[in-house]
Amino acid sequence: MADDFPKTPLIDELEKGPWPSFVTEIKMAAKDNAAPKDLLGLLEQSYDEKICHWKHGGIVGVLGYGGGVIGRYNDLPEKYPNISHFHTMRINQPSGWYYSTEALRKVCNIWEKHGSGLTNMHGSTGDIILLGCTTDELEPTFQDLAKEGFDIGGSGSDVRTPSCCLGKSRCEWACYDTMAACYDFTQEFQDEIHRPAFPYKFKFKFSGCPNDCVASIARSDMSIIGTWRDDIRMDKDAITDYASNGMDIQKDVVDLCPGKCIDWDGKELSIDNSSCLHCMHCINAMPKALRPGTDTGACILLGSKAPIIEGAFLSSVLIPFIKMEPPYQEIKDLVEEMWDLWCEEGKNRERIGEFIQRMGMGNFLEEIGVEPVAEMVAHPRENPYVFYEEYYEEDDEEEDGD
Amino acid sequence: MADMLSIDEVADIMYEMVKEATGMRKLKPMDLTKNLIEGYGEKVDKKLCKNAIRKLIESERCVYTYFGGSYIELPHREGAAND
Ligand code: SF4
Ligand code: SF4
Repeated sequence: MADDFPKTPLIDELEKGPWPSFVTEIKMAAKDNAAPKDLLGLLEQSYDEKICHWKHGGIVGVLGYGGGVIGRYNDLPEKYPNISHFHTMRINQPSGWYYSTEALRKVCNIWEKHGSGLTNMHGSTGDIILLGCTTDELEPTFQDLAKEGFDIGGSGSDVRTPSCCLGKSRCEWACYDTMAACYDFTQEFQDEIHRPAFPYKFKFKFSGCPNDCVASIARSDMSIIGTWRDDIRMDKDAITDYASNGMDIQKDVVDLCPGKCIDWDGKELSIDNSSCLHCMHCINAMPKALRPGTDTGACILLGSKAPIIEGAFLSSVLIPFIKMEPPYQEIKDLVEEMWDLWCEEGKNRERIGEFIQRMGMGNFLEEIGVEPVAEMVAHPRENPYVFYEEYYEEDDEEEDGD
Repeated sequence: MADMLSIDEVADIMYEMVKEATGMRKLKPMDLTKNLIEGYGEKVDKKLCKNAIRKLIESERCVYTYFGGSYIELPHREGAAND
């Protein structure tokens, strides 16, 4: 290690233990690149003083795009000149995060040439995060990445890079092809990803089944979660095998079913599918015996977000079931309808979930032309204030006036 | 139906709006679109405004900025920038 390596006793503590350490990784990168070396010094100073030394930039980017680059400068540029600019680039990851080692090497080589060499695989939205670049190197990095088929992702008030679980490529529970849908939506909404035009960010996440491995219900404005509308498939012999191998089906499956719709008489399992909540519990518990049905599609939910302005929200149901078939036009039309309304009436930095809460679900549905259905009730005792005009008679008005 | 404005005309009007607002308030893309529709009625629509914004940015007369939300401003050196 070079002699002029900064002394970092505080952050060295983060190298202890059996788990990977980002400090160790930064030290490795610092052997060949001056930026990570300065980063170690700045980080140590921040830990010592308990002061953040980063300033947020808001203007740097690549030509024509309004998202995908997050400006960062440190406030001690004389002391740490190699990270005076330390911008982050978000790069659109491939669907399902599949790479060949060749593709990964290309990204890393480009980043070592133009930036700090440090990456974060992956950011919470799903992008490849390239950490630490000067303003001058942003455009050349972008051009080199573009030559290899990579594009920048979203940031700011735009569509954030859509992400998905690996779906049908590896998982037998996938109720639709998440990777195909994610890729299709990414291509369809290129303009909205690169040119911020919304009141605030908008995220799509695609999960192939209610296990929701990309946590779309908590982390996307539009959660597209695979489900089925026929009966759970059953292999009776496999159920018998589970029982004879010692599984306590009553305790571990039946009693934990939130729909209270499974019966087990010690020999036979039966499911009242009309009361099933599609939670996946029984299927996860007995994967050899139970599987989702064959009439599959997705449930579309809306509105989740992290707790910045109005607190954390989970998405709630907008469309209980829709077939997921390319080109997904019905969903795209609905999305455009919602965006038009949100852009027209939404406040600055208001996520669509907050917007719906402010204007009321009933009004929102009316504006976007979707009929209210019982599945949209987000939680027990919620009153969505839907006004059914067809049940309203002229006489009622007179009575009200009495 | 009224004759539509051209993309260049809309981009010029937007550019003037951004210039006039500089130093007083930041305009979001939607503010520009709303102002145009309010001022020019049927001579503009959302799609035309969207294309005009794209032209404004790609010609480098304006830039996208981010300060808690995304805005469109004249190119300038930002306060946080180091040399
Ligand atoms: S969300 Fe479902 S389909 Fe997707 S990887 Fe997880 S279990 Fe499989
Ligand atoms: S999926 Fe969930 S609700 Fe449906 S039967 Fe299985 S455990 Fe019960």
